[in-house]
Amino acid sequence: MRHIAHLRIGPAAFRIGSHWRAPIAALEDLYRDYPKPEIPDFNVHLFAARPWRRYLRPAVHIGGDFTIPDAAPLPLAQGLLAAEMGMNLQMALAQRRYLLLHASAVERDGKAVLMTGISGAGKSTLAALLMARGWRLMGDEFVLIDPRTGAAHAFPRLISLKNQAIAVAQAAHPQGRFGPLLAGTPKGDIRHLVPDARAIAAMAEPASPSLILFPRFGFDTAERPVLPSEAFVRLTQASTNYVHLAEPGFDALTRLVQSVPARAIDYPDTEVGIALVEALA
Amino acid sequence: MNPGWRLATILRDPSASLAFSPEEWTELLAVARAEQMAGTLAHRLHGLALPDRIKRLVEDAIASTEQVRLAALWEAEMARRALAPLGVPVVLLKGTAFAAAGLSPSAGRNIGDLDILVPLESLGEVEAALIAAGWEWVKPDPYDDAYYRRWMHELPPLIHRERDRMIDVHHTILPLTARITPDAAGLIAASEPLENGLCILSRPDILVHAVAHLLADGDLAGGMRNLWDFHCLVRDGGTEGLLERARHHGLAREMARALRLSHALYGTEVPLEYQRLGLADRLYLRRLTARDGWGRQTRRPLRMAFYVRSHWLRMPPAMLARHLWTKYRKGYRPVG
Repeated sequence: MRHIAHLRIGPAAFRIGSHWRAPIAALEDLYRDYPKPEIPDFNVHLFAARPWRRYLRPAVHIGGDFTIPDAAPLPLAQGLLAAEMGMNLQMALAQRRYLLLHASAVERDGKAVLMTGISGAGKSTLAALLMARGWRLMGDEFVLIDPRTGAAHAFPRLISLKNQAIAVAQAAHPQGRFGPLLAGTPKGDIRHLVPDARAIAAMAEPASPSLILFPRFGFDTAERPVLPSEAFVRLTQASTNYVHLAEPGFDALTRLVQSVPARAIDYPDTEVGIALVEALA
Repeated sequence: MNPGWRLATILRDPSASLAFSPEEWTELLAVARAEQMAGTLAHRLHGLALPDRIKRLVEDAIASTEQVRLAALWEAEMARRALAPLGVPVVLLKGTAFAAAGLSPSAGRNIGDLDILVPLESLGEVEAALIAAGWEWVKPDPYDDAYYRRWMHELPPLIHRERDRMIDVHHTILPLTARITPDAAGLIAASEPLENGLCILSRPDILVHAVAHLLADGDLAGGMRNLWDFHCLVRDGGTEGLLERARHHGLAREMARALRLSHALYGTEVPLEYQRLGLADRLYLRRLTARDGWGRQTRRPLRMAFYVRSHWLRMPPAMLARHLWTKYRKGYRPVG
């Protein structure tokens, strides 16, 4: 691979190789304040399926140590997204040290608030806005639960903002560093926000989970407690490696839902959403 | 040294890794993953004075493959419960057999599907019992399904609907279309019972099967792992009786080649006559080690040649032409 970037996000180190310069240049710019590890946990390759496709209608295929068959390639203009998807894929398929929860998380005073839900629930948006209000961002995609300690570890990759959330986050972070607008991706328009200096500086520091939230965007304001049993089932669905971790995964998850309260919150707009989170935390 | 060879070198002599640069470590781990040998490598490296980062990766890989081993044994138990009422011999093959019998290749070995061997005449009732116990078809294409049933050495693969695990039910160890026809009844007659009622092949037959799988079937993809299995088994029990048993199954040439390749790649102790490589052996070794430092496959023309060879071994020319034409029309393209 001609172009290579090394970077560490939380406890996970990556080596990303690419046939093209552009995706690597974008990573090196946006991740410039992140550590550059010598030995990665995971490799990601961005490659052309045929030599001429490097130049002619370039299509970026996502490969790596672990891959899924038949993943559709992305146009070169979305190479940064391909790199992010490649890193997420390695974590989702092969991270075994931590129980992986598909959730965003923010921390204050050593206590972590976990927010999980389907795509569009507002995980990333709420995390980005809470970061603007002084919370430490732990991540907008994965929270890593250490089965040995129960602690939540951060994975503060670039915050992936979609569609209307882009403008909302820009308003909240006038000084924020944003990546290029990636228009017309399979998930709509995407723009990445670089986590603030504090999130990057503290990314190796775990926090103890204190609240699990199941937010839903676009509904009348509502809030209800979620029983440990329901939280357990919903979090097994939100975990990419729960099955693979087997008994340690079961132990970690039961411990989490039994020791940490959970709430479902519905919110019509982000202002209400933020107020709900801060009132509960 | 090519990164594929370097992995073999470290499996032979793990302490040679202690002088590695970060880049060499990175490449070693990438190739080991690509060859499904991360756990095997981790077991070889365990206990050495490793850099912290490597130690962590080694621990993770060992823990992960231990879980893989447990899950594979559980899957074998599920099959045993489904098939026990039939009273037919059920022989575990490959990874699950190594794990169940505690054989040395199982240290850190990845185990994917559950492979079992049953007598040909029991195939129908075995299939029915598995389906009754929750396994389902995964080959929706009628051509593929018919092809398996008519020509293959196994049923079309089944996946369990709750556990999402695949089972391959073999009735012999090479496709029926192959020129070599191993003695399937002999494999079962010589098999040995485990405590739980399942069986494993006799030791010489385990090696014959490893050789058939590696050199008489398929295009050598994943061959480093399969040859490592072979190496471990020969290291533990020697070569006596192997060639005779292989000859009985029509696989003497393949057995001899496996002994030569294993000696060359992993330093297996073999009699003098297997310590010299022929020209073709060198091509096999080049194919086995065709990986770059990212774990990607290299040497495309050579791989393509082995791919063509695998089909050539597998079926007569007219049938091969018909098969490839059918697959081509369905949009299948070889060697990604």
